[in-house]
Amino acid sequence: MDISALLSILDATLRLSTPLLLACLAGLYSERAGIFDIGLEGKMLAAAFAAAAVAAVSGSVWLGLLAGTLVSVSTALLQGVAAITLKGNQLIAGVAINMLAAGLTTFLGQQWFRQGGRTPALPPSGRFGTIELPFARELSGVPIIGPIYADLISGHYILVYVAFAMVAVTAYVLYRTRFGLRLRAVGENPKAVDTAGISVNKLRFQAVLITGVLCGLAGAYFSIAQGSGFGNNMTAGKGYIALAALIFAKWKPVPAMFTCLLFGFLDALQIRLQNFELPIIGVVPVQAIQALPYVLTVVLLAGFIGKAVGPKAGGVAYTKER
Amino acid sequence: MSALRPLPRWADIALLPVLNLVLAFIVSGIVLLLIGQNPFVALWAIVTGAFGNGYNIGYTLYYTTNFIFTGLAVALAAHGGLFNIGANGQAYVAGLGVILAATALDTTHWLIVAPVALLAAALFGGAWAFIPGYLQAKRGSHVVITTIMFNFIASALMIYMLNRVLKPANVSGPESRMIAEAGRMPKLGQFFEPFNYTPVNLSIGIALLALVAVYVLIWHTRFGYALRTMGQNPTAARYAGISNSKMIIITMTLSGALAGMVAFNEVLGVQNRLVLDFVADAGFVGIAVALMGRNHPLGIALAALLFGALYQGGNELQYVISGLDRTVVVIIQALVILFTGAMEGLFRPALQRSFLLISPESRAEAAARSTVSSES
Repeated sequence: MDISALLSILDATLRLSTPLLLACLAGLYSERAGIFDIGLEGKMLAAAFAAAAVAAVSGSVWLGLLAGTLVSVSTALLQGVAAITLKGNQLIAGVAINMLAAGLTTFLGQQWFRQGGRTPALPPSGRFGTIELPFARELSGVPIIGPIYADLISGHYILVYVAFAMVAVTAYVLYRTRFGLRLRAVGENPKAVDTAGISVNKLRFQAVLITGVLCGLAGAYFSIAQGSGFGNNMTAGKGYIALAALIFAKWKPVPAMFTCLLFGFLDALQIRLQNFELPIIGVVPVQAIQALPYVLTVVLLAGFIGKAVGPKAGGVAYTKER
Repeated sequence: MSALRPLPRWADIALLPVLNLVLAFIVSGIVLLLIGQNPFVALWAIVTGAFGNGYNIGYTLYYTTNFIFTGLAVALAAHGGLFNIGANGQAYVAGLGVILAATALDTTHWLIVAPVALLAAALFGGAWAFIPGYLQAKRGSHVVITTIMFNFIASALMIYMLNRVLKPANVSGPESRMIAEAGRMPKLGQFFEPFNYTPVNLSIGIALLALVAVYVLIWHTRFGYALRTMGQNPTAARYAGISNSKMIIITMTLSGALAGMVAFNEVLGVQNRLVLDFVADAGFVGIAVALMGRNHPLGIALAALLFGALYQGGNELQYVISGLDRTVVVIIQALVILFTGAMEGLFRPALQRSFLLISPESRAEAAARSTVSSES
């Protein structure tokens, strides 16, 4: 495999891991605060639809992004009310959100646009363009560094850079701010947080809101950056992969980035490897590579390659003592 | 005053789910109103589409059969405090067992094929749930996450099997060969004319038996007692000498076996071959069915019938109202899960307060309290 093929796979890796990373960080905030979130998929799907619908009608990519984020945030709030205020089962809330998003996006898409659940193709102003980083053209002649900078690092959608910047932001917020300390505490020992006079529910709602915003960006990426419009079930299980990545990264931001890059790489490789004969192994079934993140997660969860222990208070609504 | 008293049993079992269900319907109606459709016309179309004639009822019962199996699967696990989101994958993999048994024996007689296929469905479905169960029991990996992952792994596995292994040479699509006529499950239409041309088959009898069997298992056996004890309080169960890990493994395996019955109905009774995605969303509907039916077989039977009717009625919807189709039902289903599952506490406080007002003994208590306070 020559260098340009490798670069193109790595380039695809960055593009494919971006929504995973955004969703994974989204889940990180929520789960660190003690709310299991299997509704990542639904929030992304709803956001992808809203972003594409608004971008198609208004012709503005930023309005699309705003709409996607707002819809994702309201979905997150709904889940928050169920899981935090009403102390309902968090897992069931997530299942319901996923199903609701799948149903409503198909239904409203068909009602509003009548194109078999798709939104109309977006005008150029309704899509994110790629960003050429400074000096990319000038440096492309320089050996090794040139192509890497010009082809791999430069020339992506703004959301790609946002996603990777969010890793640093999340690490900082989580480990260097008071909010982060409290957020981690509320997922481990909400009672201690409560005893310190800080509202557990308020903190959890803040976490869920951040989750909503990040899922909104991830969803918008699907429909108005990577794609040019919404297609039925366009997130295709990526929310669950993000969840897998979160577990794989043991709920930590920097490992989350590497896991998402790994899963993105597998995805890019899978597209490349279709009908591609490897030495010794022969043709790898595409399905095997597709299933790999899920299998790895199960293996990890089983503790065979290290133990994945989530936040202790995860999954349980907090009830103040009476 | 202390905390509100718990609701009477009947209100908890029947009134609350019905209220939540009504709320789900109201919200769905609002969605329809928002896009300019008349919700009552849609509702009527669903009702007649589900029960209008023998043909419609036959289809409704066919869907009901699937939902009884997945509802029971989810409910059985729930009694042990386990949330099985993997019924879809379990049913899907069970299809493999059914088709292997059926294609091996289908030239004999369906009376020979059926029991072997049933066993194979239970075995394959059970095995697919055994692994998450084992991993939770022995390695502490959460069954919710592993069953989600197993749904995806099942999907990849089955696409591979259908494309590469089971596909006969003369077929272009990803599907297995047809089961010979002799090995197919008889349709009810053969015995009862109004059900002609509908997929409802003898599997529904097995579904009814499964309802009874699960009832007996949960409330009238030692295993069921241990199961419920573990579900209520795993620590207490351990002190009572119940092995939680053994119980988790057995429960998940049984749950997967029940989910596997869907494959029996679909593959042997309806499709007569293994096709992609034959489970559709039966596993997820099972969650709604179990939640609505309060994990009781009687409730599950009713909820499965409700969802069977919604599915069949939803299919007919597109012929009555242009632009509406079964996605409406997916929305209703999601709202049912949301309101009866995640938000089931929504009406509870209000209901408890109103029960406090109307129950005679509480009125007596209130009267007593007021006399006490007036004396002091």
